[in-house]
Amino acid sequence: MWDYTDKVMEHFRNPRNTGVIENADGTGEVGSMACGDALKLTFKLGKDGRIADAKFQTFGCASAIASASALTELIKGLTIAEAEKVTNQDVANFLGGLPGEKMHCSVLGEQALEAAIENYRTGKPAAVKQLEGRVVCHCFGVTEKEIEHVIRENHLTTVEEVTNYTKAGGGCGNCVDDIQEILNRINGEKPESETKGKTMTNLERIKLIEQVIATTIRPALQADGGDINLVDVDGNRVTVALQGSCAHCPMATYTMKGFVQAQLRQAVSDELIVEAE
Amino acid sequence: MRTVYLDNNATTQVAPEVIEAMLPFFRDSWGNPSSMHTFGGNVKKHIDKAREQVAALLGASPSEILFTSCGSESNNMALRGVVEASGRYPHIITSCVEHPAVLEVARYLNKKGCRLTELKVNSGGHLDMDELKASISPSTLLLSLMWANNETGVIFPIDKIAPIAKEAGLIFHTDAVQVAGKIPIDVSKVPVDLLSISGHKLHAPKGIGVLYIRKGTKVSPFILGGHQERSMRAGTENVPYIVGMGKACELAMEHMDEEQIRVAPLRDRLEKEILKICPDTRVNGDPKARLPNTTNISFEFIEGEAILLGMNEHGICASSGSACTSGSLEPSHVIRALGVPYTAAHGSIRFSFSRYNTDEDVDTVLKHLPGVIDRLRKLSPFIKH
Repeated sequence: MWDYTDKVMEHFRNPRNTGVIENADGTGEVGSMACGDALKLTFKLGKDGRIADAKFQTFGCASAIASASALTELIKGLTIAEAEKVTNQDVANFLGGLPGEKMHCSVLGEQALEAAIENYRTGKPAAVKQLEGRVVCHCFGVTEKEIEHVIRENHLTTVEEVTNYTKAGGGCGNCVDDIQEILNRINGEKPESETKGKTMTNLERIKLIEQVIATTIRPALQADGGDINLVDVDGNRVTVALQGSCAHCPMATYTMKGFVQAQLRQAVSDELIVEAE
Repeated sequence: MRTVYLDNNATTQVAPEVIEAMLPFFRDSWGNPSSMHTFGGNVKKHIDKAREQVAALLGASPSEILFTSCGSESNNMALRGVVEASGRYPHIITSCVEHPAVLEVARYLNKKGCRLTELKVNSGGHLDMDELKASISPSTLLLSLMWANNETGVIFPIDKIAPIAKEAGLIFHTDAVQVAGKIPIDVSKVPVDLLSISGHKLHAPKGIGVLYIRKGTKVSPFILGGHQERSMRAGTENVPYIVGMGKACELAMEHMDEEQIRVAPLRDRLEKEILKICPDTRVNGDPKARLPNTTNISFEFIEGEAILLGMNEHGICASSGSACTSGSLEPSHVIRALGVPYTAAHGSIRFSFSRYNTDEDVDTVLKHLPGVIDRLRKLSPFIKH
């Protein structure tokens, strides 16, 4: 059972400001049913330019409901410029804290607020969240930009924390190394694997590629009923053949680039290009 | 506030008779059953008796009963012990809806070098028998399939699968943790080689399990360093818990008919009424092939943890396959394997009964649950208000 504060439980039992404001000045919709939580935020400005009313609807657990309720309480009475400065940490603090694993609920609140303000500014109908930039976590559709943002804002240092805040890495886990690299980059570390970076002969390079396929890539694919064979190595161009269930999988392209290529690049060289036979 | 406990697939109340049976082995007869003196040696007779009681529930011979610390240990011992004893990395077949204590072990063995097949299930939670047969190859050694699923209660036809495994020369393990005490098990008629059960799912305490090992099945020892449990699992016997397990199995046999006659109708009434009262609900798993005590119901457009906490306010205990309850971010692998859409998977709730439940329990849920569902749906952006 989660260790929720009394305030979280109180807002879960009696959420404030539920519903949708008709003719709202700003509407933000984030999350999806597939992800397990979604939030729709609407607000209306008063004549003084301050947020006169804010309402929410949410699909989510107790802490998602409490976070959304807290968010609406926090932004009422603020100007847009002030509301813009409200962060996920403010939402969590308002509730006396959230369990680490539930911080993504507060992040969802911040994202809904951003989306609603953007909608207010551009006047464009609030669209479903567009994935800006490179998608790191394909299970939950989390981009590099979003991950960088929560790391900076919340001073995150571990992959687990990033997962707690954004869900990235919480599905198949294939992007965990990628998240670690983003953490390293932002927190100013430069990892070098033992072999990576050294000058290798072509034969050493082929051997290393074979080794990574045998020890890391093949077992992972076999767990899903697939397999992989190394066909050719020509300079930085690596040709492989996906077999079994991987061969016909609709995710094959992602498997190839997001997993096989990422693993080989990490272990061998950033220049590698992996292609299907 | 009265507690309405409908989470018996998670754990069960220890039967008062079981507690009574155990107490003397804390207070008085606390000797070591391996001792030469009468004080300790006498205790061994009670272990023997418990072994007979467990064997009777399973239709086994007492010498085929091995006491472990829990169902997960039994599953670990079965899978790892069979593979280790084979001296190679054979092909293993299991299903994608197994309990993690089988699935994670199978995947671990896969990483070690075993080829692994995880059989899929259809929307009812059933296996495709042709796919099962087709997956057997000359390198296949072990087939491990649960007798009934912990989340949906769907029963695999182990009586039909065991002969297939036997004919193919496979070692067949079944995780019967959710089955023991709910429907009859008879290994004298169903040719399984290994079978796991857990004490705390049938009114014995937590901390005791059993692995049935058919005579002649090659399994490596799990804990080395002592002659206990035929040197398969060293360590001084957990006497009070073993005695409690024996008593719980005896009680389970006495109450077996009650599961169909009294428990199943309670479950059926709850399920029928919920489906009638709450719109946009569905039962997960084939209702025609289920344990008598389990129902898994999805409430669309709302999230399971919020439903559980809402019911908790009224003293009602159940569980959910939602992502949020587990600490993982994905909804239950079992519910997803049935092809249940995300809209319903996150809002799946399992009610699991025992012989201690009453009509009053069902009434309490029916009184409070619709209000909880209604309140959460009013908050949901996915409902057209």
